[in-house]
Amino acid sequence: MSSTIEKVWATLEHLTDPEIPVVTLRELGILREVRETDAGIEVVITPTYSGCPAMGQIEDDVRASLDQAGIAARVITQLAPAWTTDWMSDEAKEKLRAYGIAPPHRTCGSGGDVSVVHFVRRVQAEPVACPRCGSIHTTVTSQYGSTACKALYKCLDCQEPFDYFKPY
Amino acid sequence: MSKAPVEYLLHLADNAVVLGQRDAEWCGHGPILEEDLALANVSLDLIGQARLLYQLAAARMGNGATEDALAYFRDDKDFLNYTLVELPNHGALVGYAAADRDYATTIVRNFLYSALMVLVWDALQKSPDSDLAAIAAKSLKEARYHLHHAADWLVKFGDGTEESHARAQAALDHLFRYTEEFWTPSAVEDAAIASGAAVDVRTLRAAWDAIVADTLAEATLKRPEVRGYIPEGKHGRHSEHLSYLLGEMQGLARAHPGATW
Ligand SMILES: [Zn+2]
Repeated sequence: MSSTIEKVWATLEHLTDPEIPVVTLRELGILREVRETDAGIEVVITPTYSGCPAMGQIEDDVRASLDQAGIAARVITQLAPAWTTDWMSDEAKEKLRAYGIAPPHRTCGSGGDVSVVHFVRRVQAEPVACPRCGSIHTTVTSQYGSTACKALYKCLDCQEPFDYFKPY
Repeated sequence: MSKAPVEYLLHLADNAVVLGQRDAEWCGHGPILEEDLALANVSLDLIGQARLLYQLAAARMGNGATEDALAYFRDDKDFLNYTLVELPNHGALVGYAAADRDYATTIVRNFLYSALMVLVWDALQKSPDSDLAAIAAKSLKEARYHLHHAADWLVKFGDGTEESHARAQAALDHLFRYTEEFWTPSAVEDAAIASGAAVDVRTLRAAWDAIVADTLAEATLKRPEVRGYIPEGKHGRHSEHLSYLLGEMQGLARAHPGATW
């Protein structure tokens, strides 16, 4: 890794998700790549959900940090490969849990092997562990929570209502 | 590398933006708080998908085209969405009758549409048009959750109380005929299929029928018989409802063209 690229990573390392401030953009897999091209340094970010209102903020945060550090770089938004919760680091998942959000408990794979038709029942069978007491005796309250990426769950043992970061 | 024609991108984008606008009408009016949030989130996904598609269409059109111009400054007859997605959030009215929003109508519509779109996006993520394939791969992930949400409620309604069952069946009886439009390609779709970058929706019919049959059986609802009427929204021939929807959606942008905040 060149020293310039290392410097860019170091500059952006601390940036966190605007809605979940305990995890960094890098840990979430939103900050994908820093590369040197003939046109200069490029920072690649990838959107989570298509309509996620935090993406504008994330791009602004990245630009502002680069400006502050005096780094001239272009910020590129790249759709493919599509962002997936599989890219979240184990460390990020643990931070989510400690913050009270149950992390995605399964991977999505490439998506090619998931049956579209039988998806409806597959998801309902997922055992989601309560981030407070660890019980998997939990029930879904709503498929969507405060944001599209989360569902609302309730623990039937400790009664804690909690957000679940859905596999995507 | 073959690319999908711009009009086909607009057909996909218009479906998403119009349904996103309809679902967003529940914002602040949801039957329960959780559903108010759920529908707002589904709308955000749909509007996000529409933005990606309009951005791609605008980039390919050139001549200063923008996503905003495509969403806010085209008239109703230029929109290429299915009639299904523009219908109000309630059943048919007669004469001067008025109606409140009916959640069963919203859920049935979202179910019928997302059951199609999981199949469409799944096929399009393999399109040789790599820009369209990238949008499809993202949209598929979201459409699966939309289908899951709508199917879940449809089963709750159908297999619920006498009233919830009757209202779900009435919504199904009202809306099902509009799905006939899916299976008859427009000139835009024919051109897109010929380009090799699109999906021929007719090839998805058996899979769509299976999703519908599966969920309706669990919901104890009957699939209505439909024949004869084929809506033509995707040809630009719409119901009156689209004009009112666009009036609301486009009013601000047209009153203050170019405004920023
Ligand atoms: Zn618990």
